[in-house]
Amino acid sequence: MASASSLVRLEGLTVAFDGVRVLHGVDVELARGGTLGLVGESGSGKSVTWLAALGLLPTKARVEGRVLLDGEDLLAASERRLDAVRGGRIAMIFQDPASALNPVLTIRRQIGEALALHRGLSGRAIGAEAKRLLDLVGIPDAERRLSAYPHEFSGGQNQRIMIAMALAGRPDLLVADEPTTALDVTIQAQILDLLDLVRRETGMALVLISHDLGVVSQTCDRVAVMYAGRIVEEGPSDRLFADPAHPYTRGLIGALPPLDGSRRRLVSIAGTVPDPKAPPPGCAFAPRCLHSDRRCAVAQPSVETIEPGRRMACVLAVHRREESAGAASSLARKETAAS
Amino acid sequence: MARWFALRALRGALTVALVVTFAFVVLRMSADPALVILGPEAPPEVIAAFRKSWGLDEPIFVQYLDYVAAIFRGELGRSMRDGRPAIELVAERIPATLALTLPALALKIGIGIPAGVWASLHRGTLVDRAVMSLAVAGFTVPSFVLGLVLVLVFSVKLGWLPSGGQDTWTHAILPIVTMGVGGAAVLARFTRSAMLEVLGQPYMRTASAKGLPWARAIRDHALPNAAIPTVTIVGFMVGTLIAGAVVVESVFSWPGVGRLLVVAVSNRDLAVVQCILLLVAATMVASNFVVDLLYGLLDPRLATGARGAGH
Repeated sequence: MASASSLVRLEGLTVAFDGVRVLHGVDVELARGGTLGLVGESGSGKSVTWLAALGLLPTKARVEGRVLLDGEDLLAASERRLDAVRGGRIAMIFQDPASALNPVLTIRRQIGEALALHRGLSGRAIGAEAKRLLDLVGIPDAERRLSAYPHEFSGGQNQRIMIAMALAGRPDLLVADEPTTALDVTIQAQILDLLDLVRRETGMALVLISHDLGVVSQTCDRVAVMYAGRIVEEGPSDRLFADPAHPYTRGLIGALPPLDGSRRRLVSIAGTVPDPKAPPPGCAFAPRCLHSDRRCAVAQPSVETIEPGRRMACVLAVHRREESAGAASSLARKETAAS
Repeated sequence: MARWFALRALRGALTVALVVTFAFVVLRMSADPALVILGPEAPPEVIAAFRKSWGLDEPIFVQYLDYVAAIFRGELGRSMRDGRPAIELVAERIPATLALTLPALALKIGIGIPAGVWASLHRGTLVDRAVMSLAVAGFTVPSFVLGLVLVLVFSVKLGWLPSGGQDTWTHAILPIVTMGVGGAAVLARFTRSAMLEVLGQPYMRTASAKGLPWARAIRDHALPNAAIPTVTIVGFMVGTLIAGAVVVESVFSWPGVGRLLVVAVSNRDLAVVQCILLLVAATMVASNFVVDLLYGLLDPRLATGARGAGH
C-alpha cells in the first residue's frame, strides 16, 4: 500500500471495555479524497473503530494501536490537539440526527460553534457562512431557518444539518456512521446523493459506515467487511461485489435481494455474532460458516493478500482460490445444496 | 398563548379552592373551637354565645358560603383569640420566616447544584460516592433530628451558637443550616441524575466530535439541558418558602409563620389556619406557574407545547 498518499491509516487498532476486547487489531488505510465503506452487522466494531480513532469513546475504553493522520498519531495526541482535529480535519456524523443535535440550541448556534472553532469566524460572518452551508445541503429558506431548533425539522433535514455542521470545519475526512439508518427509505437515497455531491465538491475523503451493503456499494470505491471486531475482507467495491471471497461476505451478499433477474430464495446467515466475552477459538465466523472445518477452530486466520489491492482472512477461502476455478464451482454447488 | 394563560390561571384557582375547602371542612370536623378556646369548664351559655358570635351555630355549608363570600370581599376572617384580622397576624410573621427560608434556599441551590454537577462529572469516583452518601444522609435524616443534633453540638457542647430565639443574626444560623442541608441533598441528587442522563445523550458526543473542548461542551450543551428537571425541584422549594419552616421554627422557637400555624391549629383558631393555608396554596400555584414559564424558556420543544396547549 502506498502510504505517501494516504490520509489516514489505522494500524493494529484494538479496543477493550472492562477487559473485554471488542476490536482485535484493525488495519485500514484511506487515501486523500478516497471513499471507504465499512460494512458489518451491529456489534462488529465498525462504529467503535472510528469513535476510538477520534478519541470519542468513554474513558473506560482501552484503545491501543496507532491512528495516523498525515503521519501524526492521534492516539498519542493531547486532548487539545484532538479538539483541533475533530471537526477540523476529521468530521463525523451519526445515526440518529434528531438526537445527535442539541434540542435546546438553535441551528445557527450549533453550526456556528464549528465555524468559530475551526475557521475563526465571528459575528455576522458566522450567520452568512451558516446560511451558505444550509443552502449547500439543501435546506430551503435557510436564512430564516437558522434560528429554528432541531425539533422543527424532519429527520432527513436534521441529517442535512449535521452534514452542514460537519462541513463547517472544512474537514479532509468525513466519517458518516450509519447516516441513513434512522431515515425513511426515500430520504436515504437523498442523503447518500448529498454525501456524494459534497464529497465531489469539496474533495474530502469519506468513510461510510453501514450495515447495508447496497448503501455502501453505491457510494464507495473500496469496501472493508467487518466481523466480530476484525476486518475479514477488504478490496475495491466492484471486485468485492462481483467476486466475494470470504464466506461471510458471500453470506452478506446472498442475503441481498437482486434488483434484476429472476427471483431467488434469499440466503440468511444462521446464528448470531459471537459474544465478545466468550469468543470462539480460531475464526470468529466459523460457528456460522457453511464451509468451516477443523482447521478453522485452531487459529485465527491471518490476513492474506489474494490479489493486488484485496485482502482477506479465511483459511479455507485462501486455499480454495489457490486451486482451480473448478473448485469454486463445486463450492457453489455445495452452497445451493445447503440452502 | 392567552388561552394557555387562562387555562393555567383556572387550574391554579381550582387548586387553591380545593385546598381551602379541604382545610375548612377538616378543621370544623376535628374539634370545637369554642371548647378549645374557652376550656371544657366554661358555662354552657358562654359557649353558646361564643358559637353564635363566630357563626359556628350555623350549618357547615352556610358557614362555608359565608367564608367564600368573605374571601371574595377580601376578608380573611379574624383570630378567635384576640379578634385581630388573621391576615395581619400572618403578615407580621412572614419576614421572620423569610429570614430563614430565603438564605436556606440560597444554601440549597448554592451547594446542591454544584455538588450534583460535580458528582456527575466524576461519576463512580470516591468523591462521587462520598457526595452521594452525604446526600442520602442529608435527606433521610428528619430536620427535627438534624436540628436537635446541631443544637447539641454547636450550642450545648461547643457553646458557639444560640439554640433558639431571634435576638441576633447568629440565632438564624442553625435553623438555616438545618433546612438547607436536606434541600441541598435533594437538589444534589436530582442535578446529578439529570446531568448523567444528559451526558449520555448523542448530542454530547456530537459536541465533542465537532472539536468543542470538554469544559465548553459541559457548559454550553449539558447544563442548559440538565437545568430543565432541576428547575422543577427548585420551583417546588420556592413554593415552600412561606410554610416550609414549620418543624424548624418549632425546634428553634423561631417566631415565624410555621410557629403561628402550629399554635393556631392546636387552638383551632380557624381563620388564622385557613389564612395560612390559602397563602401556602397560592405560593405553590404561583411558583408552579413560574416554573412552567421557565420550561418554555429553557426548552424550545415545550415552548411550542405551551402555545399548542391553547388549541
